[in-house]
Order: sequence, then structure tokens, then C-alpha cells
Amino acid sequence: MQELEVAAPRRRRGLTWPWRGGPLAGALLALGILVLFNLIATPHFTSLQTLYVNLTQVTTIVIVAVGMTMVIATGGIDLSVGSLMAIAGALAPLIFAGRLFGMGPGLLADGLAFVLPVLAAMAFGTFNGWLVARFRIQPIVATLVLFIAGRGIAQVMTNGNLQAFHNASFYALGLGRVLGVPVQVWLMMAVVGAATWVMGRTLYGRQLLAVGGNEAAAQLSGLPVARIKIIVYAVSGLLSGIAGLIVIAINSSSDANLVGLGMELDAIAAVAVGGTALTGGRASIIGTLLGALIIQLLRYTLLSHGVPDAAALVVKATVILAAVYLQQVRRAS
Amino acid sequence: MTTMIDASSLPAAAKPGRRSTLLQRQGVVVALLLLILFGAWRYDDFFGLYNIMSVLRYNSMFALVALGMSFVIMTGGIDLSVGATAALASVVSAGLSDIGLGAGLAAGIGAGLAIGLINGLAITRFRLPAFVTTLATMLAARGLALLISGNQSVSVSWETSFTDLGGGDFLDFPIPAWIAIVAFIAGSVLLNFTGFGRTVLAIGGNEEAARLMGLPVARVKTLVYVLTGGLAGLAGVILAAQFGAGQPTEGQGWELFAIAAVVVGGTLLTGGMGSVGFTLAGTLLLGLIFNILNFENGRGDFTLSAYWQSVIRGAFLLIVVLLQNRLARRPT
Repeated sequence: MQELEVAAPRRRRGLTWPWRGGPLAGALLALGILVLFNLIATPHFTSLQTLYVNLTQVTTIVIVAVGMTMVIATGGIDLSVGSLMAIAGALAPLIFAGRLFGMGPGLLADGLAFVLPVLAAMAFGTFNGWLVARFRIQPIVATLVLFIAGRGIAQVMTNGNLQAFHNASFYALGLGRVLGVPVQVWLMMAVVGAATWVMGRTLYGRQLLAVGGNEAAAQLSGLPVARIKIIVYAVSGLLSGIAGLIVIAINSSSDANLVGLGMELDAIAAVAVGGTALTGGRASIIGTLLGALIIQLLRYTLLSHGVPDAAALVVKATVILAAVYLQQVRRAS
Repeated sequence: MTTMIDASSLPAAAKPGRRSTLLQRQGVVVALLLLILFGAWRYDDFFGLYNIMSVLRYNSMFALVALGMSFVIMTGGIDLSVGATAALASVVSAGLSDIGLGAGLAAGIGAGLAIGLINGLAITRFRLPAFVTTLATMLAARGLALLISGNQSVSVSWETSFTDLGGGDFLDFPIPAWIAIVAFIAGSVLLNFTGFGRTVLAIGGNEEAARLMGLPVARVKTLVYVLTGGLAGLAGVILAAQFGAGQPTEGQGWELFAIAAVVVGGTLLTGGMGSVGFTLAGTLLLGLIFNILNFENGRGDFTLSAYWQSVIRGAFLLIVVLLQNRLARRPT
């Protein structure tokens, strides 16, 4: 089984870093070409404004896609991320507006409005993991349950209504800046950094790849496979919850019908473009970051040159296919 | 010996036997019968001709998509593009519906076949993973549908007989339901009595072994995606005919609904086994939930908003999957 090579120590360093010519070289090159093209052809591309527009649009995808990368590394998939975003996004305004616990406005209510929705999303993620690990239901089916039911839960909680709000704490999360950089971008960098560390430097990261590389072998060598899997789905749920809060903070409103809609596909596309094989046993967090940036910048480039959104979809599809094909050729050689 | 590792974690080593396969499928039949009995007991008009006809008319589109999905899943693949393909087909067929029924039908099915051919060739010739390939063609088909229609629904021609495909009757039975029934019979014959069907199952069971046996793996896999695309296209034509317009934004989530129907029907996503009849039962089960919700609201004891539909569907999917899991494990 060639996947077993993930356990080899030489992978530990080196391939995670693009400038050493690893599998990320292609993604980096593509990103470079896109940036170069924009520098030449797109007016006002170098402004800070453009950078922030692109970064704020990509943060939620990156945060969700990091969790997706880890799930995919175990050989699984998580279709429920968008629905979990909707649940977290629906819960938060209910809490700080006092409709859920009858709580008056204040810092305590705001704090709970941050923490509880994220914990709820994490609990749903744990449920996914429990189905996958304990009942051995295929991940695509197990997470399909909450993909279908999760958005319904969010809609039922809010009666499908748009919840508009003015809340200083959420305003800060959505539009605030620290040292000139948007808060959510800091958050994104923290998530990417933590995940890179976990995957590269911790026992759990190694175990996760071992499970994805060859589950039977991992089980036979005594790894707690079920626990490893449950944790990874819980993390994916947690990150989806955070992303859901960011989306409603940016919009200053929460619409259970729309928050996180189609996010599972964006995240999977970012993971695939970033060079993580969907069969498991490999993971590149930085690759996923690059994948998400490529897709976002591509969309921005097309839009700023007047290409309609519909045509941008076709281009995006072509790029995803080309990226995955090129990685495959690379791996085979 | 009590094994630490469950059989399902070793897909190549242990496929479920005939007995557990049968048990796995019973879940859906039991659930469907219970749901029908519940409906008949609780609601007066549930067994009325009108209700039965409209349930069949509406769900025939989903049944066609789920039929194609069954074949793809039996080869061990997946097709996420079916919903967007149906949307594209509905736009194309609505646009050509003023020429006539035949033109609209051919255009819609043709669009579906084309998307299916792209899927099949990308997966077999370029060896791209089915999940990513069909994810990409899903985006592309949606983009094309929006481009062709200019982001608007395209109304069909009422001058020609095109709308009969959605709203018409033949022998007092809805035409879309006839189409679905014929398609399912053909699908069942194809699966059970032809070399093509046996090859489909062989590929899902063990693709490498099927290749070594000299079976035309690449050709059959390509054809399966083409077939699924064509069925999704047909579903799109019926969609346009039924609602009087091609709908570029319709069909979102159809792929997952179809996968749910196939799974509820007891077909394993790992491929190698399956039944189209049980997929039909799975589709009806998920469709009836919506119908019963409508009746429940009609009674007025308490009202459940339409949003409950997806919660209940998800819960049903969970129950059936857990049920299958238990039933299939009991015999050791």
C-alpha cells in the first residue's frame, strides 16, 4: 500500500513548505501567475482595500476548509459544514437578543453568544464523528444526515426569518481591525497556524494521517481510531461554528436559508486544489490555504474584468479539474 | 474469534453476504409501509386518487435522478452534478419547446448526455476522482444554465404539446410517472439481465479484478455517467414541463437527495451491490414525508412549517441507516 509512506519520518518537514519545491510548487505558481496578471491588468489591485476585500471573503472558506482538510486526511468527508454554520449563525442572535434565555444585553450575553453556538456546532460535529466511528456509517452518508437536517434545524429555530441586529461585539468580529488587519483575518491565521502545528508536530497529527493511510493497520497497531475520528469531526464542527459567526458578523444579520450555503463544496474544492488527496493519508494545511486563495483570487479577477458570475463558475470548474489533474500527473511521475 | 476490526473497515476483504444484503434493504420497505399505513390511518384523502397521482407526478423527477445515481454508486462512483445538469436541461428544453415536444425533449436529454460524457471521460481517461470531477461539472453546468438563461427562468411554449410531459395524463395516469416507471423497468432489466449490469456490479465489487477479467471497465463506467446525465436531463425536461419554465437555479441539493434515496434503498456507497427497485422505494419514502407534512398541516391540530421537512427527512435518513446497520450486523 503506497499510502503507508505517510508514516515515514522524512515527510515530517520539507514537503509542508512550498519554497522547497514540494507538491505545493504548482499551487504557488498558479497563485503567482494570478497575482502577476492582476498587477498588470487590474487597476487598483495593489491597494490595501483590494487585499482586505479578498481576505475577508476568503476567511470563512479557509477556516472551514482547514477542518475539511483534517477530515479528508482520515479518509472521510464532511458535508454538514454549511448547515452547521447556519445553526451557529442562527443561535448567536437568539442568545444576545435575549430570545433564547431571556437575557438582557451585556457582555455576558455577548460572550455566551460567541461560545454557545460554537459549542453547539462542535456537538453536532461530534455527533457526525460518533456515527462514523461507532456505527461505521460511511462519512458521506453520516454527514449527509446533518447536511439535510441541520439547515432545517436552523430554519425552524428562526422560523426562516432574517435576523438583523446591531451588536458591538459582533460588529468588532465582522469589521473591526487589530494593528490594521481585520479581526477575522487574525482568526484565520491563528486557525491555519494551529492546524499546521497539529498536523506537523503532534502525535495526534501523525495518528490522523495513519488512520487515513491505512485504517486497518492503524487499528491493529493499537491506535484509538474511533477517538481520533470523533475528534476530527468535532474540530470540523467547531471551525464551522466559528465561520458561521464570522458570516453573520460581516452581514450584521443572520439568514438561516443562506449562511454557509454551498460551503461544503467551496471547502472541498479548496482542499482538492491545495493538493490534499481525497483518498486520505495526506494533508496540507498550507496547500488548502493556497487553494482557497487561488479560487478567491480567480473569482475576483474575473469579476473585476466584467466576466459575469455565471461564467466565473465555468472557469472555476475548469481550474479545479486542471489542478487536480496536474497533481495527479505529478504524483504518478 | 471476536474481531477488533469491523468488516466495514475492510471493504475489500469482506462484502456483506446475500443474507445481510436482504436485511439491509428491508429497512426501507418496513419504513415505507409504516409511513403509508400511518398516512392512510390518519388522513382521509391520503389514499385518494388525486393525492396518489400528484405524489407520483411530482416525485417522478427525483426518481429518475435517483435511478441514475444508483448505477453510478453501484460502480463505486458518485455524481454530484445531477441537480445542476437537470437545471441546465430544463433551461435548454424550455428554450426549444416552441419547436415542439420532440425538440425540447431531445435538447434536454442531449444536454444531460453531454455533461455525463464529460464526467465519464474525465473519470476514465484522465483518472480524476469522481467526487471532484462531478463537483466541477456541477459548477460548470450551473454556470451554463445561468448564462444561457440570463439568470432568469425561461418560460416554455404553451402552443406545443411540450407541457404534456409534465402535466399530461396517459390512460388516466401521469405521463412523468409513466416515464419513471418505464425507466425503472428498463434499469432493472439492464442491471439484472445484461452483461452491462453484471459489469457494473463487478466494477463496484473490485475494479482491478474486473479489469483483469477483461471486462470493458472504462467503457462501462463512461456509459454509466452518460446514462446518469441523460436521466438527469430527462428529469430537467419534466421539471420545465411541469412548472412551465426552465429553472436555472432549481435542482440545488438534488444530488444529495438522490444519494439519500439510494442509501435509504440499501445500496452501499462502496459499490458492488444494489437494486433499482429499492431505490424507487427510497425515493417514495423521502417524497411521502413531504406529502404527510402537508396533510398534517391540513388537519390543523398543530402546524409544522415547511422547514420541518428537511429536519424530518434527515431524521428518517438517520433512522433507516441505523436500522440497516443493526439489521445487517445481527447475523454473525
